[in-house]
Amino acid sequence: MNRLERKDRLVRLTLLVVAFSAVSILAVITVFMFEQGTPVMFKYGLKNFLAGSDWYPSEKSFGLWPMIVGSIYVTFGAMVIGVPFGLACAIVLTEFSSKHVRRVIKPMIELLAGIPSVVYGFMGVVILVPFIRQTFGGPGLSVLAASIILGIMILPTIISISVDSIRAISPAYREGSIALGATKWQTVRMVVLPAARSGIIASIILGMGRAIGETMAVIMIAGNAVSVPRSILSPVRTLTSNIALEMGYAAGEHRQALFATGVILFIIIMVLNTVANVTSSRRNRVKG
Amino acid sequence: MSLDPRLSQRIAKTLLWAMTVLTVAVLVFIIFFILRKGLPALSLEFLTKNPVDMGKGGGIFSTVIGTIVLTALAILIATPLGVGTAIYLTEYTWENAVTRVIRFGAECLAGIPSIIFGLFGFILFVTKLGFGWSILSGGLTLAFMILPTIIRTSEEAIKSVPAAYRQVSFSLGGTKWQTVTRVVLPSALPGIVTGIILSVGRSIGETAAVIFTAGSALRLPTSLFSSTRTMAVHFYILAREGISMSRAYGTAAVLIIAIMAVNIATYCLMNKFIKKYS
Amino acid sequence: MPTDPVAIRVIRFSQFYGDEQTLINLDLDVFRNEILGVIGPARSGKSTFLCALNRLNDLVRGSRVEGRIEIDGRNIYDPDVDVVELRRKLGTVFATPIPLPRSIFENTAFGPRMAGVRDEVELDEIVRDSLEKGGLYEEVKDRLDTSALKLSGGQQQRLCLARILALKPEFILLDEPTSGLDPISTMKIEDSLRKLKKEYTIVLVTNNTKQAARVADRTAFFLNGELIEVGPTVRIFTAPADKRTDDYLRGRFG
Repeated sequence: MNRLERKDRLVRLTLLVVAFSAVSILAVITVFMFEQGTPVMFKYGLKNFLAGSDWYPSEKSFGLWPMIVGSIYVTFGAMVIGVPFGLACAIVLTEFSSKHVRRVIKPMIELLAGIPSVVYGFMGVVILVPFIRQTFGGPGLSVLAASIILGIMILPTIISISVDSIRAISPAYREGSIALGATKWQTVRMVVLPAARSGIIASIILGMGRAIGETMAVIMIAGNAVSVPRSILSPVRTLTSNIALEMGYAAGEHRQALFATGVILFIIIMVLNTVANVTSSRRNRVKG
Repeated sequence: MSLDPRLSQRIAKTLLWAMTVLTVAVLVFIIFFILRKGLPALSLEFLTKNPVDMGKGGGIFSTVIGTIVLTALAILIATPLGVGTAIYLTEYTWENAVTRVIRFGAECLAGIPSIIFGLFGFILFVTKLGFGWSILSGGLTLAFMILPTIIRTSEEAIKSVPAAYRQVSFSLGGTKWQTVTRVVLPSALPGIVTGIILSVGRSIGETAAVIFTAGSALRLPTSLFSSTRTMAVHFYILAREGISMSRAYGTAAVLIIAIMAVNIATYCLMNKFIKKYS
Repeated sequence: MPTDPVAIRVIRFSQFYGDEQTLINLDLDVFRNEILGVIGPARSGKSTFLCALNRLNDLVRGSRVEGRIEIDGRNIYDPDVDVVELRRKLGTVFATPIPLPRSIFENTAFGPRMAGVRDEVELDEIVRDSLEKGGLYEEVKDRLDTSALKLSGGQQQRLCLARILALKPEFILLDEPTSGLDPISTMKIEDSLRKLKKEYTIVLVTNNTKQAARVADRTAFFLNGELIEVGPTVRIFTAPADKRTDDYLRGRFG
């Protein structure tokens, strides 16, 4: 093996190490989260931790149930808003707009994705919350406010992945349907959307993951009361807000309980992402 | 009972378009609202003077510096790692179990929410490694957040370099490394830079991860171990604590303008890239 | 100085990609300073043969070889052969001209630069010399710094020829070099080859049998990965020994 080949082998080895950086970081994050969070979970009992309704850190009571419900409600609400609007935009972008219109709308959607979450939260506080308070009553800081803002925030995710899935459908499907006398809308409804189904589902699941993981905007507009929300106008605290709000001053077991919250969140998101990946790869396999 | 298909298409189109227009309108509204309320607060002084009295007075200079330094550090760390990973995946192996593991790692990393990165950065960098709330902690954390994006865009850029170019280089007696550095990377550069610019945009707006790792000190940072406040964090604190609404709007306006600049830069670069190869 | 009239000896050589055998037991000599034409229908192994000579086949996943190819007395598939040096010795021109996205000068200087030549004066000389040998210098001497992508197809192919000549090779391998070119460009390249064979040994793969008839000293006929026959071009074309050669040349298949 001469000098040149030796150098080549060295380069390859270095790049292999570098390439493992992402995986290593993931592993380290996982290890640290679990190391910090699991002791508390098992000390107070997993059942108490997940199903307990009392979160009083100073009295060593760590029940996450209100926050779990809060996250679920808020995410669900975000999907109710984000999915219809997201799909509508995706369909319009792929099927019902000209190239020029698309060239305008697409960058705007990307800009929507780039707005910082604190700005979204701020808009919620300044405009949406007072509006809800005046029109529907209640404190305004509510599940409704969080759902609307989160719904808007996940639109770009749903739109871009759905657009990719719809675009990937071969034109032959569409042409066949039109040749049989179907209108464009009928083609979309009965041919394109079902064919793009797994990609769209993947986009929804990823949107869900984003909604569950969102922190800053939710803190600003959801009210952060530690109680299971009774209606969409009730204030709510999510798992993410729980961590962010108390991390600044938590210590000892309280801090560990917050890490435990992080672990729960981590697991939920990992599950969602894996499901999303499997769903979209199933599409790839089927289309062969 | 079924509607005449053309009628139902017209209804569907109207409804879908209405929803799309509403979505775009929301975006336009947000931008106009922030700019309208924030631009009056903007001035050269605002950008070049430090905050005074916890932000009630003065400008946002130290936060601008904080944002720039933190973003620069994150890019400096993530770019070699990300581009190196992309080079390895495309040039040095074929698809096998190892590449699948690497890709899986990168994709999972991409899905982790910023608050978890914040927590992680807090345990590892701020506490265990003893860096404290600092540019170093924040920069490292941000670097890991943007790593998946850089890997993905770099890989796409490298893959789109025509295979023929590599063949030419090899047949002229080039080694693998020479081919990568003299032919592949120069041609893939616009795509790679696009990924970097996208990551810059993301770093500018990031709050949750930054606040728990870089802290929120208002003083101008003096070293890698200084705590610093970014514009996004500053905006959050101003708004939440109600310290100064006008300055909050001003900061938000700067953020929005920066993001728009980033998006425009990306767009132009991508168009140049596409034109070059079609 | 090598005095062996045989420049390349291919001895019972076979090429495999995984389980697929693409070259079957080739026995062939390439004489020094000749133009050896290689003809045959599609997928007969002509291009694979070329890439076995310059070991570009190594880059294909699952590539494996049996037998030997000897150049200057050494088996080029020996483990301590410097492949990079080998590829400089056997310059290859491909069917589609592939200029790099650089200037004409930089394209021509690309090989020497990679080999470590840094002196700008030396590079100037090499570029000029190579472009002249490739028959392109007169047309581009005033615009060496413009993009090579702006050249016509014929000019680009001559640039590719100049590019490999810049490395001062011993052999020139060409894989259907004029298949996409107009007749005038084709003629220019064939003229260059006739001049070049005084200094180089040339292997010309072509799917245009008339080109082989015009240019090659000897011609080899490949079919399905095997060498069917080889001999002086005139004899192959007028009195082929094998019926399959005759059928191919008459156009009964192809």
